[in-house]
Amino acid sequence: MSVLTLDQTSRWYGNVVAVNGISMTVRPGITGLLGPNGAGKTTLIALMSGFLAPSAGSVTLDGEAVWRRTDAYRGIGLVPERELSFGYLTGRQFVLANAELHGLDDPGAAAERALQVVDMVDPAGRRIGTYSKGMRQRVKLASALVHDPPVLLLDEPFNGVDPRQRLHLMALLRQMGGEGRTVLFSSHILEEVEQVARQIEVVVSGRHAASGDFGQIRRLMTDRPVQYVVVADDDRRLAASLIAEPSVVAVSLRREGGVDVSVSDFGSFAVRLPRVARQHGIRIRELAPTDESLESVFSYLVGG
Amino acid sequence: MNRTVLRLAAQALFGRRRGVVLLLIPAALLLLSVLVRLLTDEEVGVEAAVGLGYTLALPLVALLAATAVLGPEVDDGSVVYLLAKPVSRHVIAVSKFAAAWAATMVLGALPLLVAGLLLDWSQPRRALAFGVSAAVAGTVYTALFLALAAFTRHAVVIGLLFALLWEGVFGSVFAGVRWLSIGAWGREVGSDVSPLVDAAGTGLAYAVVAATLLTAAAVWFTGDRLRSFTLRGDE
Repeated sequence: MSVLTLDQTSRWYGNVVAVNGISMTVRPGITGLLGPNGAGKTTLIALMSGFLAPSAGSVTLDGEAVWRRTDAYRGIGLVPERELSFGYLTGRQFVLANAELHGLDDPGAAAERALQVVDMVDPAGRRIGTYSKGMRQRVKLASALVHDPPVLLLDEPFNGVDPRQRLHLMALLRQMGGEGRTVLFSSHILEEVEQVARQIEVVVSGRHAASGDFGQIRRLMTDRPVQYVVVADDDRRLAASLIAEPSVVAVSLRREGGVDVSVSDFGSFAVRLPRVARQHGIRIRELAPTDESLESVFSYLVGG
Repeated sequence: MNRTVLRLAAQALFGRRRGVVLLLIPAALLLLSVLVRLLTDEEVGVEAAVGLGYTLALPLVALLAATAVLGPEVDDGSVVYLLAKPVSRHVIAVSKFAAAWAATMVLGALPLLVAGLLLDWSQPRRALAFGVSAAVAGTVYTALFLALAAFTRHAVVIGLLFALLWEGVFGSVFAGVRWLSIGAWGREVGSDVSPLVDAAGTGLAYAVVAATLLTAAAVWFTGDRLRSFTLRGDE
């Protein structure tokens, strides 16, 4: 059982702050690191895996700093986001080389075991250059698992992986977490994270925006006011009838046509809007969320 | 030395297209030697062919070999797979160097010896001196270019400029460059094997010490750069 601890960790490049005073503790089980692209997830994983020196604060694994400590890799399995460029090796050669580099007693057996875990025994004789994205991802995972590490760090492991292989990968991660490993993976998709992890850490623009159980995070993200624009044949009448709805907190008319609606509870708004329109004989021509992008969800979280 | 790193480096050398180019250079040199032998008067031909091999083919082979074992991995970040292991960075650097060095010896230095023999059977000792010069210079070139590959992603371009301008043009125009020219150090050592090779004029001791120091420093620097390797995202 291993614990990764970040204490007031910051990392900056010149004037650009990539990670800003983040403190978090990653415990055994699965932790999802959620944030939009460019939020600093890769930088955080680089810090956690000893491939980046913190500019301030500390990153420790079971109490020992990881930067420039090669021995730490006995306990860490890392799956970077970067593509494997060892296209000229077969999957088996690659995983075997990883096992040998860890100085394992029986690297051959360890490699086979790891290939079995990720279900890649059959294609392991082929060159990595011929693999699909999902297969590459699984070979990367096998190479990270080959020394049976207590800590597993994965950077965007589901990116570009087809749905079936994604489910397989997710089941694998759950299994790893269930075995008591400290598993942390990053993703920019909430649905992906909550399917696998109970514990979620949210980072936005290098800051630690939220931390907690996935239910809590989900509520934080969905219970915010949501903006829609509705275009109807009679905007003013629609606005008047919508403001009577408890789920609507504000309406305003657009000069060029359409109504901006702020909704506090989008679940009941979705049910009520068609009924209201029907009741008042209003025809709705267009309905679109104006801030549904994940970035706006994240910025809402940061704004508090 | 780590055998796995060595093996991976050898696969990186010859598992890619670059490996073919690496074979073409000595092949071209040997072909040229045969042509020169058949078509020209002996002395002029030896000078020209060996000169070309020594100042151009040898550094080129060393550059390709050194950058092939390290360059692409550092550029695209996949060297993390090698570095996320409990293996000393200096051991990795030395192993990478060993692989590139072996390639430079076989495809850079040895062909010069063979070219010397092809051009003139009657002077085997001179051919040996060519080989020794090339072995010394090739060793230093390999180490220097390896350090360059660990330092910058423009290693091939910078290495090429260094070989062509500093070693080639300046080395032949300004006599003072010999003190800082890898090619000159190699020639100095070679001239000790056969007087038919012109000494560069730095003295044997200086050449040996300079070559040894630069090689050791460059390999150490490579290891130190790997220790500080930083993983970056795509941002």
